[in-house]
Amino acid sequence: MARAVTSRRKLVNTTVAWAIGLLIFFPILWTILTSFKTEAQAIASPPIFLGFDWTLENYSVVLERSNYGRFLWNSILIAGGSTILGLIVAVPAAWSMAFVPSKRTKDILLWMLSTKMLPAVGVLYPIYLLFIKLGLLDSRAGLVIVMMLINLPIIVWMLYTYFREIPVEILEAARMDGATLKEEVLYILTPMAIPGIASTMLLNFILAWNEAFWTLNLTAVNAAPLTAFIASYSSPEGLFFAKLSAASTMAIAPILILGWFSQKQLVRGLTFGAVK
Amino acid sequence: MATKASRSAARIMMAPAVILLLGWMLVPLIMTLWFSFRTYLPLRGGDQGWTGFDNYVRFVTSSAFWPAVQTTLVIVLGVLIITVALGVLLSMLLDQPMWGQGVVRILVIAPFFVMPTVSALVWKNMFMDPVNGVFAHLWRFFGAEPVSWLSDASLPSIIMIVSWQWLPFATLILLTAIQSLDSEQLEAAEMDGAPHLKRFWFIVLPHLSRAITIVILIQTIFLLAIFAEIFVTTGGAFGTRTLSYLIYQRVLESQNIGLGSAGGVYAIILANIVAIFLMRIVGKNLDN
Amino acid sequence: MSLKSTLCAATALSLTLAGNAFADGHSATITIATVNNGDMIRMQGYTDAFTEETGIAVEWVTLEENVLRQRVTTDITTKGGQFDIMTIGMYETPIWGANGWLVPLNDLSAEYDVDDILPAMRDGLSHDGTLYASPFYGESSMVMYRTDLMEAAGLEMPTDPTWQFIREAAAAMDNPAEDINGICLRGKAGWGEGGAFITVTGNSFGARWFDEEWNAQFDQPQWAEAINFYVNLMNDYGPEGYATNGFNENLSLFNQGKCGMWIDATVAASFVTGDDSTVADSVGFALAPNNEGVEKRANWLWAWALAIPAGTQQEAEAKQFIEWATGKEYIELVAANEGWANVPPGARKSLYETPEYQEVPFAQMTLDSINAADPTNPTVDPVPYVGIQFVAIPEFAGMATEVSQEFSAAYAGQQTVEEALEKAQAITNETMEAAGYR
Repeated sequence: MARAVTSRRKLVNTTVAWAIGLLIFFPILWTILTSFKTEAQAIASPPIFLGFDWTLENYSVVLERSNYGRFLWNSILIAGGSTILGLIVAVPAAWSMAFVPSKRTKDILLWMLSTKMLPAVGVLYPIYLLFIKLGLLDSRAGLVIVMMLINLPIIVWMLYTYFREIPVEILEAARMDGATLKEEVLYILTPMAIPGIASTMLLNFILAWNEAFWTLNLTAVNAAPLTAFIASYSSPEGLFFAKLSAASTMAIAPILILGWFSQKQLVRGLTFGAVK
Repeated sequence: MATKASRSAARIMMAPAVILLLGWMLVPLIMTLWFSFRTYLPLRGGDQGWTGFDNYVRFVTSSAFWPAVQTTLVIVLGVLIITVALGVLLSMLLDQPMWGQGVVRILVIAPFFVMPTVSALVWKNMFMDPVNGVFAHLWRFFGAEPVSWLSDASLPSIIMIVSWQWLPFATLILLTAIQSLDSEQLEAAEMDGAPHLKRFWFIVLPHLSRAITIVILIQTIFLLAIFAEIFVTTGGAFGTRTLSYLIYQRVLESQNIGLGSAGGVYAIILANIVAIFLMRIVGKNLDN
Repeated sequence: MSLKSTLCAATALSLTLAGNAFADGHSATITIATVNNGDMIRMQGYTDAFTEETGIAVEWVTLEENVLRQRVTTDITTKGGQFDIMTIGMYETPIWGANGWLVPLNDLSAEYDVDDILPAMRDGLSHDGTLYASPFYGESSMVMYRTDLMEAAGLEMPTDPTWQFIREAAAAMDNPAEDINGICLRGKAGWGEGGAFITVTGNSFGARWFDEEWNAQFDQPQWAEAINFYVNLMNDYGPEGYATNGFNENLSLFNQGKCGMWIDATVAASFVTGDDSTVADSVGFALAPNNEGVEKRANWLWAWALAIPAGTQQEAEAKQFIEWATGKEYIELVAANEGWANVPPGARKSLYETPEYQEVPFAQMTLDSINAADPTNPTVDPVPYVGIQFVAIPEFAGMATEVSQEFSAAYAGQQTVEEALEKAQAITNETMEAAGYR
């Protein structure tokens, strides 16, 4: 009898969750659908949901017009590079904050977060001038550094919260057994921290991928990522909803697919870290 | 527990992050402070020397200042309330057993992967357009007069767009926290006949407080700086000009770096006030 | 291999990749920043022809108008040197030229025939008589209307309508049951959007931004008359939510057959008569209107033009490109491949003397509209500034955007027209004081 109740509850849960999930996903679904319509069908009234002539024309126009591969490659390099660089800097910092906390640890953490509060546009000119001086304009290296810096506080913070969930007792036990600091980090902490690190990486990758102020303003040709690609399709003179949708789909598809595949790891990773 | 050796090792490990962030904060901050005391008009001969506190006075006495502060706070608060409230409910739902859990999760998380510019464009053109938007069609279908979302309900519209983007983040963090909730504890409470609401209030919510704190903190930082959503949808019209948008207008539209920099300093001050306020209210949760 | 060394290797790899920008294969490559309008996108398609001809490779940075403006302005004021050619408008050109930031275009070749550029365009893109940017295409504003609806209403559009007639026609064509609005006009905030439209509307009622001492004039009756007329017209016969409609929104509405009339840029003519339009066969054109008894019409003047930032290493190559893209041959190239209706309009006299082009339905009206615009005398009373739908001073863009936001709030009914005008007056005087004009 208990089983029947569970099963009915499961059905209700499933229905409600799917309804909400589809509702939340609908704008993205609609964009993807629109990208396969002709321009006239894209603004048809009443809107056509599925019964339109599916066409790949928008994609071929977009591919012909823009060097999508280069934008994509730049996005991957910048988001990936800044994530890796950020981890190298943040993991030791977060580790020491979590395991060797001092009175000032919390202050330092909060101060780090507060560096994110300087409005980007206010420092556009100073940073631009600095980039000219350093010859970093329109270079991937420059953007990798900037992306790393603007996301570093978040990485440190996230890692810190994960690391803190790792039980200290295990460490103490290891120390009793005579483990060195190196062994402690390599064989005990790292395996336990990997899920947390993985989800932090993913979060940082997404944030860097979507950042649209610095990536637009500090690049021209060589380092321009997908945000610049989108800026060449948004609000043009004329009616190009379908093409905008195609470009948007192309800009979000890679990260959506990445998210799809890592969704299980992401949730499990976050859970793992949070389990006491 | 920590030895002296491990303390100094810890300092060394922390150093790169601290030094880098110190540089990243100090260099622009000092430059912003410097420019804020100067008359700097790029289109009118560039840097024209010291001007004292003129920029600060002009920025704060401008009729746009206080409304901008208010708008900023309304948007931040609105989005926080919506995302945290819905995030808690959604994460509890997603934690229940169901078919296709993985797919539903990815559907819910998906908006977080969409660039703010893209989501603003999609919402504005395909949903909120009073003639061709999906909402307008929906309203007409039910015989109602379509709403001019971005002019007549500009702030709620922007809050809605931003909430859509950040709800996945809140849900994700809260979901992981809920999963760590001891199910035995809940079952015991259920056995005891504690009603749903009571269980939620006395067991679930306290367990989530830490995760909620993290959501609020991180979101606040991003929300104080939202820009693309306003740039694309209303361009700051209809009372949607936030402080960071006002600074954008001063720096890039009016090409007055000095004035914009003074605005930047105010924005930092506001952000820190908000941060301290937050710490007072929710900071305890971080100590446990 | 430990996690850490893997990470190190990965970083080293990504930094090397990041550092090595793709090596240039061509001897000369020019980088061009441009706006994502239809004519520019078409030009990009023909770039290969230019590269074949000259051996100069071209890299495009195509951006949406507002982003482009912020991007190129940042670069030129800081001398960032990211672009060899920038696509700019009539507003930026004289200001940047006066600052010495642009390479003067006074030594273009004889074949280029600089005297063929329409005088209004040439004047608008010059400072002190020196040309600083070559027009790729130019535009004014005009009335586009549905000939079928006008006929059904029993009215006939004169070539030079007044606002009073426009209102009468809008009333006659408005048909909410059929989802047809009598008239669609820009209301969107932004100096280049609704701000441009309301400024020319003001001109056609005899209003002006400033008197000759740079005092703001929004407290004058002409402005109140103009804006009240606009608001009443749009509330009675305009589309839902017009306060957020700009060029794109209105184009979309007109093409779907939802507008009886639309007053906007002349370049829209080729879109509303093009393939994406459902009303392509029944569009007529007329001069922009004026208020009865006012000699100025609501004509604006704009050009998207190519300019070379001073200090570029590739000045000669950049000039070569400008001569190619804004020359007569390019027009012929496009005409041969895509038909005369699709060539970039409004820049050259010779285009309007071409018999094939004269047959294009909107050609003559476009030329007449451009000729009716006079940037040095935009309105009835004398003004201290140059520009019709804008005032060519650096402060204008920011100030006019704020002013137009107040107007848009009035269109949406969030404040009265009087309140909006009061705020506009205050914003304008405040800005001018800060800039040292008064």
